[in-house]
Amino acid sequence: MDTLILAAEGPVNPVIPHTSEIILGLVAFLLLFFVIKKFVSPRFEALYAERTAKIEGGIEKAEQAQAEAQRTLEQYKEQLAEARAEAARIRDDARAEGLQIIEELREQAQAESARIVAQGQHQLDAQRAQIVAELRADLGRTAVELASKVVGESLEDEARRRGTVDRFLNELDAVAAPASK
Amino acid sequence: MTKLLASGGEFVAPGVKDFFLPPIFGEVTKPMVLLVLSIVIIAAFFLAASRNLKLIPGKFQFAAESVYDFGRNNIAREQIGAKDFKPFIPLILTIFTFILVNNLFGLIPLIQFPTMSHIGFPLAVSLLVVYPVYHFVGFKRHGFVGYLKHQTVPPGAPWFVLPLLIPIEFFQKFILNPLTLAIRVFAAMFAGHLLLLVFTLAGEFLLLNGGLTVIVAPVSFAFAIALTFLEALIMCLQAYIFALLSASYIGMALAEEH
Repeated sequence: MDTLILAAEGPVNPVIPHTSEIILGLVAFLLLFFVIKKFVSPRFEALYAERTAKIEGGIEKAEQAQAEAQRTLEQYKEQLAEARAEAARIRDDARAEGLQIIEELREQAQAESARIVAQGQHQLDAQRAQIVAELRADLGRTAVELASKVVGESLEDEARRRGTVDRFLNELDAVAAPASK
Repeated sequence: MTKLLASGGEFVAPGVKDFFLPPIFGEVTKPMVLLVLSIVIIAAFFLAASRNLKLIPGKFQFAAESVYDFGRNNIAREQIGAKDFKPFIPLILTIFTFILVNNLFGLIPLIQFPTMSHIGFPLAVSLLVVYPVYHFVGFKRHGFVGYLKHQTVPPGAPWFVLPLLIPIEFFQKFILNPLTLAIRVFAAMFAGHLLLLVFTLAGEFLLLNGGLTVIVAPVSFAFAIALTFLEALIMCLQAYIFALLSASYIGMALAEEH
């Protein structure tokens, strides 16, 4: 340190810059700046750009997948709604058809029953007419037989007898005619 | 000095002379060697780290990326704005690492000399690099008259204060800024190194001078160690401030009308 004191002849003002130091400082700085600008910075920036692209690419991919999923979901929902509507329509149709069928059947049944009733009525009428006719003949004969047995020989007069029978039958007719109507 | 102390002389306080050691050989002095060493270290560090960059960084790459990102995002983008900061990243990063490493030389054993305590070096960066750069980009962006107006007329100032404001602003923007930028880091490094020297040399003196003063020596050394930690903080801070203000000047020169 003794040499130091000897070397520093007189007071040195530290605020006055040395020209050589300014030049060296500038040259050194510019050299370093050149290296960093030329080599270091582009490499880091390229890396950052790549990293950003990668991250953004990942995000974009995820977004695409999400959009795809959304689209599929909507598609499914649409299909489901369609199926529901279809089912409802089929149900409605079936109900309407059922009602129609029931109505038709009822009409048919009514027609049938009406037909059956009418047929029965006819048969009844026919049978009744037949029975009345038969009975009429029978009744006349039977009545004459019965009357002849009862009266016996007392009725000699043929003419009288015929007249009585006819009168009786007419009376019967008068009675039976309104009944047959 | 040990000879001086051993012979029971007076304590000679360290001073300016301790910053101007004799040249190692020829005209080459210690700070000059350190300066060259610093750019070799920084260039080697970044070149090695960026030689094979991976998307997923390893430890070394991560460290380099942290430094790069600090200059890029925390300083350049914050101060210059996301629109214009890209071309200035190398400059800001160079300023930051250059000042930082040269400051930290003050703490590294055996080297222990902050290069920036010689005003010539910070002055070279501030006056010959930052100053021309920010005025150049300013003139380019706003035109000659437009830039002068942009820099010297604060928007919204009433007309009657302009005669006072314009000279002040001009003086500050065109004369003071580069000087204060250099002086700030120079003074901090100079004073910090001087403080460390005072406590270390005082401890040595107390220890070797014999007598009862020996028991006080550890106190002096303890102070020196504590101040070393403080210095470490200041060294990083000064490098940050230098880069931050440089970016800020560029940002202000480029800014649209406020």
